[in-house]
Amino acid sequence: MNDLLAPADEAALAAGIGAAHAGREPLAIEGRGTKRGLLRPVQAARTLSTRNLTGITLYRPSELVLSARAGTPVPEIEAALAEKGQHLIAEPPDTRGIFGAAEPATLGGIVAANLSGPRRISWGSMRDHLLGIRFVNGAGEVLRSGGRVLKNVTGLDLCKLLAGSYGTLGVMTEITLKVLPAPEATATLLVQVPDVAAGVRAVSAGLGSPFGVSGAAVLPGVPILAAMRLEDFAASVAYRSERLREALVAFGAVTLLEGEASRAFWREVRDAAPLAARAEEAVWRVSVRPSAGPAVARVAEALGGRALLDWGGGLVWVAAPATAAAHGALVAAAAPSGGTCTLFRAPEALRLSVEVLPPEPLPLAAIAQRVKAALDPAGILNPGRMRAGT
Amino acid sequence: MISLPPPNQQTLARRAEIVAALSAIVPGDGVISDAVRLKPYETDGLAAYRQMPLAVVLPRTTEQVAAILRYCHQNAVRIVPRGAGTSLSGGALPMEDAVVIGLMRMNRILEIDLDDRLAVVEAGVTNIGITNAVAGDGFFYAPDPSSQLACMIGGNVMMNSGGAHCLKYGVTANNLLGLKFVTIEGEIVTIGGAHLDAAGYDWLGLITGSEGQLGLVTEVTVRILRGPEGARAMLAAFKGTEIAGAAVDAIIASGIIPVALEFMDKPCIHACEAFAHAGYPLDAEAMLIIEVEGSTAEQDDLLNRIKAICERFDPISLKVAESPEQSLAIWKGRKGAFGAVGRISPDYLCMDGTIPTSELPFVLKRIGEMSEQYRLGVANVFHAGDGNLHPLIMFDANDADSFRRAEAFGAEILTLCVEVGGCLTGEHGVGVEKRDLMTVQFTARELDQQRAIKSAFDPQWLLNPSKVFPLQAAAE
Repeated sequence: MNDLLAPADEAALAAGIGAAHAGREPLAIEGRGTKRGLLRPVQAARTLSTRNLTGITLYRPSELVLSARAGTPVPEIEAALAEKGQHLIAEPPDTRGIFGAAEPATLGGIVAANLSGPRRISWGSMRDHLLGIRFVNGAGEVLRSGGRVLKNVTGLDLCKLLAGSYGTLGVMTEITLKVLPAPEATATLLVQVPDVAAGVRAVSAGLGSPFGVSGAAVLPGVPILAAMRLEDFAASVAYRSERLREALVAFGAVTLLEGEASRAFWREVRDAAPLAARAEEAVWRVSVRPSAGPAVARVAEALGGRALLDWGGGLVWVAAPATAAAHGALVAAAAPSGGTCTLFRAPEALRLSVEVLPPEPLPLAAIAQRVKAALDPAGILNPGRMRAGT
Repeated sequence: MISLPPPNQQTLARRAEIVAALSAIVPGDGVISDAVRLKPYETDGLAAYRQMPLAVVLPRTTEQVAAILRYCHQNAVRIVPRGAGTSLSGGALPMEDAVVIGLMRMNRILEIDLDDRLAVVEAGVTNIGITNAVAGDGFFYAPDPSSQLACMIGGNVMMNSGGAHCLKYGVTANNLLGLKFVTIEGEIVTIGGAHLDAAGYDWLGLITGSEGQLGLVTEVTVRILRGPEGARAMLAAFKGTEIAGAAVDAIIASGIIPVALEFMDKPCIHACEAFAHAGYPLDAEAMLIIEVEGSTAEQDDLLNRIKAICERFDPISLKVAESPEQSLAIWKGRKGAFGAVGRISPDYLCMDGTIPTSELPFVLKRIGEMSEQYRLGVANVFHAGDGNLHPLIMFDANDADSFRRAEAFGAEILTLCVEVGGCLTGEHGVGVEKRDLMTVQFTARELDQQRAIKSAFDPQWLLNPSKVFPLQAAAE
């Protein structure tokens, strides 16, 4: 274990980064380190953690806004929201299972990885609900972007730039999110389909219906299931379940999960539990045009692995042998529809030897380098986390 | 009056040479350089500001756009991108020493895929044109700015446009999948695509709303959504703005997210009623238009819940539309609000701040006081659910003093928005209009950080000059 800096507040965190900037000392950036196994390992003698920046700093349920310090554990935020009948819109996955982490993820970690769950298909991703951030750039300056109101187009949107940048452009210290009322009721329709492609056609029909499907997954297995979720007031869910069932019977036999059974089902999909990734296997997230999902799932099977399709077929979780050949095959499988393949979990040797994220076109790579230099001039924040040499 | 820097004399002296080079890239009628035909391009939706452009070029392909940018980059010629020119913040205001690149001829719909719920369109396709192309199949493109009949998707992307229905469906940034982007060096890059989450930095998110500061967008992949079974509106009128604000809070707190939740104050109600004869209650201090979606039974259920909530706030009147026609009538006044104010005042400035919704009563009270202080009328129309205010300040452009007071009044409103925890602009963009107010919202270091990112894309600062960033401190 390398040296861990865990500043008690934003000012101390900024001072720590400022000193590292002056000394050109690389820092590994993390919350509670639950996703250290994601993407590439960072070569740094010291780790800077936001774990001590905790607490909800503002919550106005009637304004649909919540702010919390970046190190606040996600379950703490979920509990505070639940108390007021609200929830995190993007339903971020709990990755403890996949990474074997003991502690829960922090809000900052989830936003920095822009991780979204099943509701992303209809209600948007983590970054879509990111209203504002306070962050420290690589020069140790405390800066803000966005704010605490629901609509804001003032200046360049650095919130979106930092979401999904894995701590390579700045360290978020406080995060403001849009939240929404949690639905009164939920139900899930499960359709038995003959193959994965038919499953994607079924969920496509569900998403193309006027009934507001808020989760659309295909679970290979025996039987193969196409799953669609409804969330709303109880009377609406009852009415829409019936109408959706009528629309889906042509695809196969339909069964209904209600209440807690439905909620439990989508927690499992959210966390990729049905993938049942074995310890020695690698895990990928492949993001493709939904109709291209089945082809990716076939490649996964040919590799001796398994797939789980979420987001209407557009997100394919894959568990397969942790080899460079498997990685190459999945990258190639994503390519025809212009999609992307992310190596989500793998032994360190594999993560160091392949491109864990797809390379960028040259003009964008050049811009990326300049943007990185604009935010982190000495290149000290999480070097190599996303791509080798950056 | 926002100051614009004097034009670069060297560029003006090279005008003939620049026009010739552009004509070689876009032959035929692709370049406009005579004063008569340049005149329509001298302003945009912020008509108080006008400048004749150096020239206008109207490319038809991404390759032509790339060649134009390459030429301008190599020859240090400034560029103003333009869609339909509907920007209310002067985002498309020309500069005397800059070439306007108008994308209106790039107006083809390239692909519609209902199974994957997306459309690929060129930048010059109108916002409503996308919905029209898929409406027959029951789909729509969600963001609906009031200029949607004219405004183009390329401009929507650059300004991250909103609309009346973003409380439920989000703004432009939440409804995009991919872009074809042209860098200032003239490189064409594909960002995102047909998939939901691109890996790596979120260029799509950074470029959306960047107001033409980072590069040009020539093609856009948008998400299209299946429409609901139906939608219906209701109208609720109250004795005070504070009471209407409390009703909005109570509706949201009940767990209902209406698809639209619009607020109008008394001057706005009167102006709209005189214009549209929508049956608005003239004795009300504030009025809400609330729209819900679903089957008829679902609409009834939601409207009954909302009605019950509103009844707790001693309403003057509650009117639920009994048919789609009645819904349209309720919306007619709201959709015509800007035109209605245009009828009672020779000119108006449309403000666009956002505030925390709990601050609404205080902010409206202060706007009322400012109205007296500046001796100018104001009508307020407001996306209540998301706190996006549109005060319309009435003035007379032929009276220089009235215009000066209107601008000062607007600046004071926006400063107040920031002071109460909001922002300068919710959906219209900074443009030229709010450029000098950026220091109210951001620290010098925050602005420098944004400038440094702009420089990473556009090192010579050729793209959409003199906008967004205050001039004084511009390093480059």
